[in-house]
Amino acid sequence: MAWTKNVLRVNLTAGTCTTEPLNMTWAREYLGQRGLATKYLVSEIDPAVDPLSPDNKLIFATGPLTGTMAATGGRYSVITKGPLTGAIACSNSGGYFGAELKFAGWDLLIFEGASPKPVYLLVTDGRAELVDATDLWGKTVWETEEHIKKAHLDPQIRVAAIGRAGENRVLYAAIVNDLHRAAGRSGVGAVMGSKNLKAVAVRGTRTDAYRLADPEAFFAATEAGKKALAANGVTGQGLPAFGTQVLMNVINELGALPTRNHREVQFEGAQAISAEAMKQKRPTDGKANLVTNGACFGCTIACGRISRMDPGHFSVKDKPRYHGASGGVEYEAAWALGAANGVSDLEALTYANFLCNEDGFDPISFGATVGAAMELYDLGVLTKEIVGFEMPFGSAEALVKVAELTASGEGFGQEIGLGSKRLCAKYGRPELSMTVKGQEFPAYDGRGLQGMGLAYATSNRGACHLRGYMVSPEVLGIPEKMEPQATEGKPAMLKAFQDLTAVVDSSGLCIFTTFAWGLSDIQPQIQAACEGDWSGDRLLTMGERIWNLERGFNLAAGLTCKDDNLPPRLLNEPAPTGPQKGAVSKLGEMLPEYYRVRGWTTEGVPTAETRARLGV
Amino acid sequence: MQKSLHLDPNKCTGCLQCEMACSWENYRSFTTAKSRIKVFTFHHEGRFVPYTCTQCDEAWCLIACPVDAIRLDPVTGAKIVLEPTCVGCKVCTIACPFGAINYVAQTGKVQKCDLCGGLPACAKACPTGAITYVDADWTGLEKMRQWAGRTDTNAATA
Repeated sequence: MAWTKNVLRVNLTAGTCTTEPLNMTWAREYLGQRGLATKYLVSEIDPAVDPLSPDNKLIFATGPLTGTMAATGGRYSVITKGPLTGAIACSNSGGYFGAELKFAGWDLLIFEGASPKPVYLLVTDGRAELVDATDLWGKTVWETEEHIKKAHLDPQIRVAAIGRAGENRVLYAAIVNDLHRAAGRSGVGAVMGSKNLKAVAVRGTRTDAYRLADPEAFFAATEAGKKALAANGVTGQGLPAFGTQVLMNVINELGALPTRNHREVQFEGAQAISAEAMKQKRPTDGKANLVTNGACFGCTIACGRISRMDPGHFSVKDKPRYHGASGGVEYEAAWALGAANGVSDLEALTYANFLCNEDGFDPISFGATVGAAMELYDLGVLTKEIVGFEMPFGSAEALVKVAELTASGEGFGQEIGLGSKRLCAKYGRPELSMTVKGQEFPAYDGRGLQGMGLAYATSNRGACHLRGYMVSPEVLGIPEKMEPQATEGKPAMLKAFQDLTAVVDSSGLCIFTTFAWGLSDIQPQIQAACEGDWSGDRLLTMGERIWNLERGFNLAAGLTCKDDNLPPRLLNEPAPTGPQKGAVSKLGEMLPEYYRVRGWTTEGVPTAETRARLGV
Repeated sequence: MQKSLHLDPNKCTGCLQCEMACSWENYRSFTTAKSRIKVFTFHHEGRFVPYTCTQCDEAWCLIACPVDAIRLDPVTGAKIVLEPTCVGCKVCTIACPFGAINYVAQTGKVQKCDLCGGLPACAKACPTGAITYVDADWTGLEKMRQWAGRTDTNAATA
């Protein structure tokens, strides 16, 4: 039984921490992490709740494989109702924090209410207390971690914190742990800020926190899994050497790299912000942007980028605190901070990414919102008078300036902090917001990759690449090659991806393993760790159950099938160049079929039969 | 032939599989806090460095122990803690210049790397070859090989 079977409930209004036993009936139906925490959230809050009110709840959740030797077994998720979307928010992070929580003896932390003053939660094994954080309010994530470790004279504490963005309710504020790993999307950090909760600090030393159901089978399954990761070209070579950035040139050449707020699908500066560029020595200081790759807890892939900036770059010339190495740009961040704005200055992107980590905001939504603002500026809707400086496409100076303002919550940064949907609506051009359900697209064009377009439209947390990664079949040929412009079979393939992803996200493992692993690799690892029957069929049904549970929450929150849509640009404006030239999203062809394979009505509502079959 | 742990920080990614393996070997738990090998992150340098006991030939800990609870394992060369004998006085933790022997409050004894009796779990678990268990007389072999490879024999004979 790889659960600790302990839930810590923290009532921030009352200032109390109480222990309760994990609901094992739910654990058997939802496994852990994403699924299990969603079940708790859905059972405990009104779906119509204002996400930033004390009535919303915020759940940190580990999975049964978190804190184990299973490769990548270090993930945790943060589940809440998201302020950016008004839908379910579920953001997944790596680093070391999740495993530490498990070693301290907790499966879930449930935060409810709101503290009257800033606090942080300190968890030391079975002991939990709220500590005054008045002095930490206004500090960055990096300062907060340093302060907490010093205050408790314990450098081994792991910290997940919000920066100023979360305090300022930036609607895509992130929760950042271990300095540069983030529960990044949908504004979970703003919910934390609204509760006056600055950080969660954990030290876990228990050796009896949980037990594997069958250690022998566990080692056999996890060692086989590690071998498969090492032997696979993507997880064994591509990701450790190049990171997710391995995709930049590939997607650009395929004509699916959204550029300048999706006006175009190929970026002339892609090479300059690619993985290959990160490895080249800079002419200015003779050093490469990339210092090394780094792993999250238990990860034998190690895709993380650790970068060091050119200390002479204009953005950091007089700021030595950015001269050391820190978390570098991953593909989605490099796209959002770069191609989405037409900026091809890798150092400026790295700086903006450092700021996203330092003050806790999502580089995807931030960069995409800057892209929308630059288009508004290009159209003359936004002016230098409104913004405070010139903001044309391609301006690294503007990107840097607006990143600083968003981090600090000053000036035009306050408007960028609302996200692209609210920004474009405010200036009378809502159609220019490249969002679904209010959340900004990541780095693949829904015209160039038809399956990704459908994945965006139907994702339960708004536009997202991590709910059903159709790039795998459409670009990489995993598990089988599907032509980017084809629509046939894609709704069913997407459903399979979405359901499997929900399983992985509930286990404690990283979704990147699925480049190499199928259900038959994952299932034995879960089965060996957990008591009970975890057959492949049961797991996939569970994934489908989780998907429908999230869907049900969203429908109850007021979303409808009208929200399963794409911006008019993707439906009407053909891709202007490249191999996908002339393509628009054929969402209308795929969505009815998707609803059908899901067992939903033509209005996108799970039928009574589907609900009964899944038990939701 | 005696072997020793060889640590190559350049290959380390900070995944902590070694720490989990060590903890599992001794506690049947993956709790990294109980590991005898530690990976240190030098964040601003972008470096991950594994570190543990190097099994000194003249071991300060062994010499300092007032109750002879630290003995030489003649097969592996490891200095091992005899738990039933250890009284938890911690003098060895003061004597060790490297901090590689530490007290464990849970057991009331000290612990240090014992090379797992000759099959170090950390080396087996390391996915990148940053930790290997090699001929104790030739820990420099790989580095020598790299330098040897750079030798330009053509230029020398020209």
